[in-house]
Amino acid sequence: MSQADPNHKDHQPAADNRYAGLLPLTLFLACVAAYVSLLIGWELFPRLLYAKHEQPIDFNHALHVDQLGDCEGCHWFREDGGFSGIPGNFTCTECHMDAIGYDPEEIKFVEQYVYKDREVDWYVYSRQPDCVFFSHAAHVLGGEISCETCHGDHGYSEHLRPYYENRITGYSRDIWGEKISGIHQAPWEADAVAHTDEEEYEQPAPADFTMPSMKMDDCAACHYQMKGVKREGCFVCHK
Amino acid sequence: MKFDRRTFLTLGLGAVAGGAVGINFTPVPWKLTDDVSIWTQNWPWTPVPQTGETSYKQTTCTLCPGGCGVSVRKVGKRCVKIEGTEGHPVNNGGVCLLGNSGLQYLYGPDRVRGPMKRAGRRGEGRFIEITWEEAISEVAEKLAKIRAAGKPHTVACMTGAQQDTVSALFARFLEAYGSPNLFKSPTAWDTQRLSARLMCGLDAAVGYDLDNADYILSFGSGLIDGWGSPVHHLANYGAWHDPDTKEKAYLVQAEPRLSLTAAKADAWVAVNPGAEGPLALAMVHVIIADGLYDKNFVNSYTTRFEDWTDPDGRQQAGFKRTVLENYSPDKLAKITGVAPERVRKIAREFARARKPVAICGTAQGDQAAALYHVMAVQALNALAGNINRPGGMQILEAEGPFPWPDVQKDAKAEKGLEKPRLDAPAAKPYPLADGLIHAFAGAVLAQKPYPVEALLVAGGDPAYFLPRASEAKKALSAIPLVVSFSPVFNDTAMYADYILPDDLYLESVRDVPSPPGLVPRVVGLTRAVTDPVYASRPAGDSLIAIAKAMGGTVAGSFAWKNYQAALKQAMGGKWRTLSSKGYWIDESPAPSWTQLFGGKRFSFCPTPPAGGRTGMKPQPLVVDIPGDAKSMPLLAVPVKSMQLENGQMAATPFMMKTIPDTVLDKADVLVVEVNPQTAGKLGIGNRKAARLATPFGEADVLVVHNEGVMPGLVGLPCGFGHAGYSRFVRGKGANYHALSGAVADPLTGHDVAWGVRARLTQA
Ligand code: SF4
Repeated sequence: MSQADPNHKDHQPAADNRYAGLLPLTLFLACVAAYVSLLIGWELFPRLLYAKHEQPIDFNHALHVDQLGDCEGCHWFREDGGFSGIPGNFTCTECHMDAIGYDPEEIKFVEQYVYKDREVDWYVYSRQPDCVFFSHAAHVLGGEISCETCHGDHGYSEHLRPYYENRITGYSRDIWGEKISGIHQAPWEADAVAHTDEEEYEQPAPADFTMPSMKMDDCAACHYQMKGVKREGCFVCHK
Repeated sequence: MKFDRRTFLTLGLGAVAGGAVGINFTPVPWKLTDDVSIWTQNWPWTPVPQTGETSYKQTTCTLCPGGCGVSVRKVGKRCVKIEGTEGHPVNNGGVCLLGNSGLQYLYGPDRVRGPMKRAGRRGEGRFIEITWEEAISEVAEKLAKIRAAGKPHTVACMTGAQQDTVSALFARFLEAYGSPNLFKSPTAWDTQRLSARLMCGLDAAVGYDLDNADYILSFGSGLIDGWGSPVHHLANYGAWHDPDTKEKAYLVQAEPRLSLTAAKADAWVAVNPGAEGPLALAMVHVIIADGLYDKNFVNSYTTRFEDWTDPDGRQQAGFKRTVLENYSPDKLAKITGVAPERVRKIAREFARARKPVAICGTAQGDQAAALYHVMAVQALNALAGNINRPGGMQILEAEGPFPWPDVQKDAKAEKGLEKPRLDAPAAKPYPLADGLIHAFAGAVLAQKPYPVEALLVAGGDPAYFLPRASEAKKALSAIPLVVSFSPVFNDTAMYADYILPDDLYLESVRDVPSPPGLVPRVVGLTRAVTDPVYASRPAGDSLIAIAKAMGGTVAGSFAWKNYQAALKQAMGGKWRTLSSKGYWIDESPAPSWTQLFGGKRFSFCPTPPAGGRTGMKPQPLVVDIPGDAKSMPLLAVPVKSMQLENGQMAATPFMMKTIPDTVLDKADVLVVEVNPQTAGKLGIGNRKAARLATPFGEADVLVVHNEGVMPGLVGLPCGFGHAGYSRFVRGKGANYHALSGAVADPLTGHDVAWGVRARLTQA
């Protein structure tokens, strides 16, 4: 009975041997792939996603706050509650019709923009899609939330930060937040950190201050925390 | 280990699975989902608001004659909202529906985007774009040819109701060119001015100091339906009903239909249609009979109140005797339909009020009024002694001719100007006629006294607003050259050979005459709030360019560099204030009676300029609407409201959205109001379809029962049935003007029809 029976079961294990070690190798490969994915996701992805831009003019906020006393000189509320936002040449030329100093950035501004009657195309860190009705007056005047709570301590900076543009959406990285994880300090916590003492508006925020992100969840969390409403009505923001 | 297909697949799957699991522990899927959703919001066809610095620019609204100051909110270069200008003497922050939605005119997709030449049939609305150079030279060439042929008088020109510098330039052009045929849309304000000229002997505009009056007797004036300066009067109305206002005014509204103004008035007098004048006379009777008139004024500053002797030495009955003998409330009750007791009560209240005023000009005042009516109302004011008194009727300095150099005229111009006007045959029977625009179409079609070679339409919308609009359209089709200067494809522009689009009030500088009836006078200025959105040009500049291209004395009469220069010269001393503040307000105190009349007197029975010995005695005139009362037993009357129409511009898309289906049915059928009693007789149920026929046309309508309209009348909302304008307005409902015909005033010859004969049949 030595004749091999092609249908005999004993032949099978011999065939399996050819694949011995495949499972551990597969598992190993899966782990490597997972690791690579993690690397791509956490390291490469954010680098690819954002394009870095320098602002057209390196504006010195600290100097202007120092000269003008507060933010209101340039970012003011109208009587009707409207907010002026980022000033245009109209406001800048109240002082800078011509250069008043020797700073190359100021000279660049005057020569490239004022004389040519062009508006500066600022990269706006806080620009968002116009999906909601947002009133600065309601938040800052009514809710007494400081500017830094949402915009960070911009007002004390001597140089403008680089602007990271999301290549897909075209908006700033600040909206999602600097950390790609999207995990951030809650806005009201940031507010508390930013203003711990009486002289709150006179000093830059401490080192452990992190800028909150500006997504809908952040709005909702803050409304929940500060207004004590369980669930904000959609129409409050989406008119 | 054998490396075969199976191994490859297994290892590959393992790696993919590992990668897939791994990637889920990174932000990639979540962040990408979020980003892609935001990316979809930035697709180029998704409308998004502009970004940029917010600013406010001031201008004056010209969508109606109201003259409101408006403040335009801009974001970057884009205008985003129109609000009323706070502190402006006309509207103090208020704005109406039309003014509020003016940006829909500015950016609307159906504006005339540049000079156009007709490519299709007349009225079809097919045009091709041409350059400005072509437009100017072609129009100038054609006009020069007509002139060279010795027929300058065959060129006619129409301007709107507003007498601003642009219409004055067009009048000047006609004079230099050599045509007497200037036509302007007459309004109730023109009739009041004429009446003041006759009775006070002064060429002056008439105003009413409603801000200070405490008893307002309105003969059909739609104080909150768009009369005079609409927002100003709305604000007044609001102030009278504000609990904090100490001095409240009492408003009596006399009109045959329960209009918004009547509904909101303190008292509504349902007078028979067209009988407002006789009602005023009946009140005059009560005031004289009771001796309640201002004796100081009547004795010292008026004439022909008592019997008088004419230049032939014959004794003439004075105003007092004529009224006392003929026009008691009882005698006129049949005409007015108002109980004599009610007339007496109101007349006494009026005369005893501290600051009473009587006003006229039906509905929005945009149609000429019967001269006898206006004279009766002015007599009421004279008896109340309120002329130039706070709260009374004011005699305002008229905008005189602008201080421009004299027009240069060559022999051709002189000869052309000697020719009779086109409306001369139609105007013959009327002693006070001064240009009958409603006779224009008939003259064109009859080619009498001569054929019309060209028409310049500098304002107004004759194809829509002229009575018997179908005839007007035929006439426009019959004129070889029609040039429109309209910034929008209005009904008339559809018939033009050339459209040389004007700027809108947000795009260039232009004067805005003082709103009709407003006290004090406020002259406004429009300003370039934005660069022109399309290739439009100020009509003044187009005209100056045409004149220059024609050369000779025509060019010589237009020696200015551009329209701005002509405007500046015209405004004279007002220019500085105007250009810095945006408006000029007349701060001079109202002249006293002695200063005002300066030796002359207010005449109760004035002598018409054409002469006549007897003077114009008061008449209880009711304008008769002709037609066969058997086949057309009803009378259709126009219903005006600011929501539907204000001035000569059609409603904006936004306004259309506010119109309820009690005015325009869902299927765009016009809803007409009929008293249930009348509807019952006709057997037409509420909200039932019917066919409306007038001697001039027919329309499908929906009948709504409404007790606010007198039996026998059909209330027809105005402002619908446009053939031009935008896709949002066109072809909805029916046009009242197209269905109505003109009825001439016995003195002025102006169209003073208050309605049209009509028949309703169940559909
Ligand atoms: S009332 Fe007339 S002038 Fe005033 S905002 Fe309205 S349309 Fe313009």
